Amino acid sequence: MRRREGLAKLTGRELYTDDLAVPGCLWGATVRSPAPRGRIREIRYSDSVDWSEFTVVDHRDIPGPNEILLIESDQPVLAADRIRHMHEPVALIAHPSRDAVRRALGAISILVDPEPPILDFLADPGPEQIQHGSDNVFSRLEISKGDVDRVLANAARIIEGEYHTGAQEHVSIEGQAMLAWCDGDVLVVKGSMQCPYYVQKALIHALARDSDHVRVIQAPTGGGFGGKEEYPSTVALHAALLTLKAGAPVKIVFERGEEMVATTKRHPARIRHRTAVDGDGRLLAQDIDVVLDAGAYATLSPVVLSRAIIHAAGPYHCDHVRIRGRAVLTNAVPFGAFRGFGAPQTQFAGERHMDRIARIMAIDPVDLRRQNLLRDGQSTSTGQVISDGTDREAVLDRALELSDYRARSDAHAEFNWTHPYLRRGINFATIFHGAGFTGSGEVYLDSRVHLAGLPDGTVEVLTANSEMGQGATTIFVQITCEHLGLAPDEVIVADPDTARVPNSGPTVASRTAMIVGRLIERAGDDLIAQLGLAPGTRGSAVREAIIAWHQVHSGEALLGTAVYKPPSTVQWDDEKYRGDAYGAFAWATYVAEVEVDLRTCGVRVTDFVAVQEIGKVLNETLARGQIQGGVAQGIGWALFEECRWENGAMANPQLTNYILPTSADLPPLRVEFLENPYEHGAQGAKGIGELPIDGPAPAIVNAIATAMGVDPCRIPLTPEVLMQLESGVPR
Amino acid sequence: MNGSTGERKTISFTLNGESVSMEVTARERLLDLLRYRLGLPGTKEGCGEGECGACTVLWNGLPVDSCLVPAFQAEGRTIETIESVDPAALGPFHEGGATQCGACTPGVVITARWILDNPGLLKTHTVRELMAGNLCRCTGYDGIIESIEAALDTQGGN
Repeated sequence: MRRREGLAKLTGRELYTDDLAVPGCLWGATVRSPAPRGRIREIRYSDSVDWSEFTVVDHRDIPGPNEILLIESDQPVLAADRIRHMHEPVALIAHPSRDAVRRALGAISILVDPEPPILDFLADPGPEQIQHGSDNVFSRLEISKGDVDRVLANAARIIEGEYHTGAQEHVSIEGQAMLAWCDGDVLVVKGSMQCPYYVQKALIHALARDSDHVRVIQAPTGGGFGGKEEYPSTVALHAALLTLKAGAPVKIVFERGEEMVATTKRHPARIRHRTAVDGDGRLLAQDIDVVLDAGAYATLSPVVLSRAIIHAAGPYHCDHVRIRGRAVLTNAVPFGAFRGFGAPQTQFAGERHMDRIARIMAIDPVDLRRQNLLRDGQSTSTGQVISDGTDREAVLDRALELSDYRARSDAHAEFNWTHPYLRRGINFATIFHGAGFTGSGEVYLDSRVHLAGLPDGTVEVLTANSEMGQGATTIFVQITCEHLGLAPDEVIVADPDTARVPNSGPTVASRTAMIVGRLIERAGDDLIAQLGLAPGTRGSAVREAIIAWHQVHSGEALLGTAVYKPPSTVQWDDEKYRGDAYGAFAWATYVAEVEVDLRTCGVRVTDFVAVQEIGKVLNETLARGQIQGGVAQGIGWALFEECRWENGAMANPQLTNYILPTSADLPPLRVEFLENPYEHGAQGAKGIGELPIDGPAPAIVNAIATAMGVDPCRIPLTPEVLMQLESGVPR
Repeated sequence: MNGSTGERKTISFTLNGESVSMEVTARERLLDLLRYRLGLPGTKEGCGEGECGACTVLWNGLPVDSCLVPAFQAEGRTIETIESVDPAALGPFHEGGATQCGACTPGVVITARWILDNPGLLKTHTVRELMAGNLCRCTGYDGIIESIEAALDTQGGN
C-alpha cells in the first residue's frame, strides 16, 4: 500500500502548523534565561518598546501548579525565581507582527544573580552545586544476574573499556510549532507533536482545568524522532498561557536556532565495561557502569536510563551480569527522548567493546559474536528467557554474506599495506532493540483503541497515535483492511484529537505497529462481535452489516473497542528489575565499510548493509524507509553531528556548523529483512522504528578501528578526534 | 539595494505561470512573501540560512533557497514553487518512498524537477550529488534518489 498522505506531502498541500492561516492570530515567543544557573533578580522591559501592544506572561499567570507534568514534574512552565539552565523559559510575549515580536525580545533583559553551575556530568559536584537530593542523581538503577564479583575475582582475563557518546539534536525539518485558541470555554491546542494525551495532561495540570476543557489536536507533524515526545508540552503550555491572557489565537513556531539551543537532545553518556572472558572468547562476566547527563531537569531521564541499561549487555548470553546506571543533573539544557532512548549509547559501547575484546584476545570478531549470541532458552541480563525462535546467527551470517565481509576484509588488508594515504576497513555490530514500553509500562498505559463503523459502511480507526513520517496512518489502514477484508477506500483514520480519539498511548518506543496495531485488530474483532457476525467475518459482509446496523440504530455510534492486555507469558518485577523487559526484541547485524583519508582524517562510509529480523514486515517501502532513515541518523551521530557546549547550551545551533549527513555523504543503504512473525504483534509485526539507530555508530567506528589500527572510544568521531588518535595523542 | 526596513518597492514577476505585482519591503524574504502573503505555504522553512533546502524554488529554472533571497530581487524573474508541480508526475515518488514526514519534501521535489528538466546534468553529476543541497532527516535519501532515477527512466531521459 502506498503512503496514505504521500501525495499531499509530495505536492506541498499537507498543512503543518506554521502553514495554517489563522485570522487575528498573534505570534508568541519565549523570553529565555541568559545564564546557566542563578536567581532571577529582575526582568527589565526596555522603554524602547510600547509594551501596551503586547501580551506579556510570566509565572504569575499560571493558574495551576507551575510544573510541566512528567515523571518528576520538577520543571517549571516558566522560571519563577531560580534559573537552572541557559535558555530556560522565563516569560512569554505575543503580538500580531512576528517582526515586532523578534525586535521586542531584544528589549527584555533578565538580570540574574549567578550561582555556581555544574556543567560536567562526570565531575563530582561541590556542596554549592547540589541541586537535587544529596548528590544530584535523578535516578539510579541496577540490574544484577549471577555473581559478578566472584567471577571477576577469579577471572584469568578481564578486559576493560571506557566509552563516551555525545549529545545529538533531532533536527526534524519542521521544528516545534503550536497553535492555541479558545473555543468557548474549551482551550484548544493544535500542533506538531507525537503524544496528544501527554500534552493534554500537562495542560490540565498546570492550567488547573479538567479534560472537558482542554482539547489537543495533532497537526501534521514534520518529523519527531523523540523531539516531539515530551517537549511539545512546554510549547503548548506557553501558547495556551498567551492565548488565555490575550483572548486571541496564538501561534509559537521555533526557528532553527531556538530549536537547537532550547530543546531536548540525546543524552550524552559514559559507559565503562569490565568483562571476564575465557580463552575461547566466551563471556564469563560483564560488569557495566552507565552514566547519563540528564541536564537540568529530570524529564524522561529515569526511563531513558532504564532502556539504556537493559540494552547495555548486548544480545548475548552471560550468566553473570551487573549493570549499574545513574542519570545525573547538570546545568545543561535538559536531555530527553530521542529515537533509541538510551540503547544507542550503551550498544555503541557494548559493540565497540566486543570488537576490542576480539582484537585483544586475537579472536575472530565474527566467532566472538557467534559464540555468545543468545540462543533460545538462554536469558538476557534481566533474566528474560528468549524463546522467539529467531535464528540470530542467520541474521549475522546474512549480513556478512550480503556485505561480502570476508573477501573485502582480505582485500582491504592488502590495500592498506600498499596505499600511501587511504585506509579501508569493514566491520560490523550485532544489536537488538526491545519494542514497546519497558517492563510493566504497557500495562500502566492501559491503551485503548476504537474502530467505528460509519453509516456508509466505512470503518474509521480512532487512536491517539500520530503520523510523523514513519507511516502510522498507512499501517493502520493496512492492518484494518487486512484484518476485516476491506478495501483501502473503505477505511479512514481519525486525526489524533483528544475530543474524538481514545488514549492509545504515546507514539514512541517502537510500539505503534506492534502494540497499537494489534489493538486495532482486536477492536475489529469486537466490531464484528457487536454486529452479531461470526468471528473472522470479512469483506462485504462486514460493510453490509455496518450499514444495516445503522438503519436500525439511527444516530447511534457503532464502536468496536480494544484495551491492552499483556501477553500472559510476560512477567516483570519493577522492584528487582528482573523479568521480561519487553514483549519482543528485534535483532540485527549492521556492516559498515569505510575509507579514511590519512591526510585529512576524513571518513567516507563506502557501503552499509543492514540485516534485521523484525517479525513480519507489514509494508516493505515504509519498513525500508525506517531502517534507512535511522541508519542515516546513526551515521550522523557517529561521524558528523557534534553539539559544542558553552555554559551548558549548544554553541553551534545552526545547520551551518552542526553537520547533518547529506545524500552525498552516504552510500546506498542496503536493507534486508528476515521474518519471524511475533504472535502478539499486528499481523506478526515487531517494533522497528528505533532499532536502526543502535547499529551504525559501533559498526562504523569498528570499521575505522580496523582500517587504521586505532582504538577510538568516543563519538562523534570527527576528523579532529581521529587525527589526534592517529598521531598518538591520548584522548 | 541597501534600503532601510521601511523602504518599499513594487515588483512584478511570474509566479507559477501567472504575473504577480506586489509591494515588498527591503528586508522581506522571498520565502515569507510566498508563504505568508501569496498564500503558498507549500514551500517550507527548515533552517532559514540556506543549508537545508526545504525552501527550494525554481528561479528562472534554477533551484535556489528562497530563505536567502530578498523578495525585491524577484523583479522580472520567473519563479516556480511546489504548487506548480503536476501531481500526475509524482507517481514514482509516491511509489518509491521519497517522502516520509514531508517537511523537506517540497524542496526535494523542486530540486528533482530541476534534474528531470535538465537530464544533461547527469553527464557530469550523479543524482546523489545533485541532491546534496536538500537535507532530509527521515529517508536516508535512498527513497528519494531511487524515485528520481525511476522518474528519469519513465521520461526517457538519461
